[in-house]
Amino acid sequence: MQNSNDHIVRSFDKELRTIHEIIIRMGGMAENQLAEAVDALVQRDSAKAEMVRAEDAKIDALEEELEAAVVQLIALRQPVANDLRAVISALKISSDLERIGDYAKNIAKRSIAINQMPPQKSVTSIMRMSRLVQEIVKDTLDAFSHSDKDRAIDVWHRDEEVDEMYTSLFRELLTYMMEDPRNIGACTHMLFIAKNIERMGDHATNIAETIYYLSTGHKLEGKRPKGDRTPFQILSAEEDNGEVEI
Amino acid sequence: MDMQNFKTREKAAMAEPKIIARDVNVYYGQSQALKSIELDIAANEVTALIGPSGCGKSTFLRCINRMNDVIESCRVEGRITLEGIDIYNSGLDPVLLRARVGMVFQKPNPFPKSIYDNIAYGPRLHGIASGKDELEATVESSLRRAGLWEEVKDRLDSPGTGLSGGQQQRLCIARAIAVNPEVILMDEPCSALDPIATAKIEELIDELRENFTIVIVTHSMQQAARVSQKTAFFHLGELVEVGETDKLFTSPEDQRTQGYITGRFG
Ligand SMILES: Nc1ncnc2c1ncn2[C@@H]1O[C@H](COP(=O)(O)OP(=O)(O)OP(=O)(O)O)[C@@H](O)[C@H]1O
Ligand SMILES: [Mg+2]
Repeated sequence: MQNSNDHIVRSFDKELRTIHEIIIRMGGMAENQLAEAVDALVQRDSAKAEMVRAEDAKIDALEEELEAAVVQLIALRQPVANDLRAVISALKISSDLERIGDYAKNIAKRSIAINQMPPQKSVTSIMRMSRLVQEIVKDTLDAFSHSDKDRAIDVWHRDEEVDEMYTSLFRELLTYMMEDPRNIGACTHMLFIAKNIERMGDHATNIAETIYYLSTGHKLEGKRPKGDRTPFQILSAEEDNGEVEI
Repeated sequence: MDMQNFKTREKAAMAEPKIIARDVNVYYGQSQALKSIELDIAANEVTALIGPSGCGKSTFLRCINRMNDVIESCRVEGRITLEGIDIYNSGLDPVLLRARVGMVFQKPNPFPKSIYDNIAYGPRLHGIASGKDELEATVESSLRRAGLWEEVKDRLDSPGTGLSGGQQQRLCIARAIAVNPEVILMDEPCSALDPIATAKIEELIDELRENFTIVIVTHSMQQAARVSQKTAFFHLGELVEVGETDKLFTSPEDQRTQGYITGRFG
């Protein structure tokens, strides 16, 4: 048996590497998009928000590129075992990353709307929550690039923190709205932004589960970590397309 | 014995593997070709044996119907049972054993006889069919079960060697079936066939599973994945891993299995 981890057919390795690299690039971009979108909100910078909206197309394009690479690899190589898991996982992870990108875009759109309104106190909480999710996304990507199942499990558990932060932010926003009904418009945008960030955390959790499967061949057992569910039910009818004008 | 007890016993008997190999060691002269093989082969399933060239797949297959007996230098140790009967140490006649455990080889090897006689040969030898009518019926049903009847029914008297490669292989399968075996061993039965002929054989294997226990050696991972329920991976004379085919091809336990099936060594 060869010691090396390479395929006898070298181009096979090259194709797998390409797929891996696309994921890493998509991940980096998604992470960055979240940071920029929240910056645009905090700095009340609509030009930056516009840039985030435009950038999203690049993530979508990468996802398409990855899909094409996966289809071709399956057709030509008929991958099995860890190779099969790698390509199937790549498909799933890329669609999670693409969704994370969509949420960032949605945050950017909402921040443009919020910039027309008076500054919001809840921005600080949004920032904290976004930092946490950025960290989680980053750790998830690290876990992916090292096929590190332990780090994936770690990330998976941290989603609970995000949910708790979301719940407390939800309560905070409710108080602002009750204080002064003129806040309702802006606060609702803030609420959806928080919701978007929370959803990003969920997608990172999906990715962590996929990484675990990728490196072990088994599903991550046990119930998903979940905090208080009430705010989620209230917002469940929301479409995340950002077109909602309030 | 009460009914309850009887039923549980019957159930246990049904779950009993068709073939059990325990601590099987095989030597060709001084060199050891198989090392302490332990394998259960379930009835009415297809078990695929895979592994790099020279790892001992054919050697193991030949142990199951004592084909190794004819190889001068070959010595088989250990226990192989067919339905609980030790095939090496119970005074079982190897010729009778081979009627119960048929074999199909890599290269189609029809006898230089008519299609009809190719099939009729075994039943005549073992006195299975009494009389012309019964023999004819056996020939027809064997050819039907091998999916060859429609293609050859009008030329049963022409030589078997005049058929295409794929047809010859199905003829050999029909010949193996004709003596009504319980187990069919196949050593790379499709390696000399084109994709269409291969697909037909694979389809046939899947149908035969209902009535027979099948053990197949193949170099095609895809074929193993397509036709078998269990897959056993051999490497350097050892049985490295055996398990559900689905599982083995998605998440094998052993690094060597993974390396081999993903094309990282061979
Ligand atoms: N008749 C024989 N005499 C001596 N050595 C033999 C004989 N048959 C097989 N061997 C040796 O036993 C080992 C196992 O051979 P075997 O034919 O079982 O391998 P295999 O897995 O079927 O390989 P392949 O995929 O090439 O058919 C090899 O090292 C081979 O050289
Ligand atoms: Mg062989």
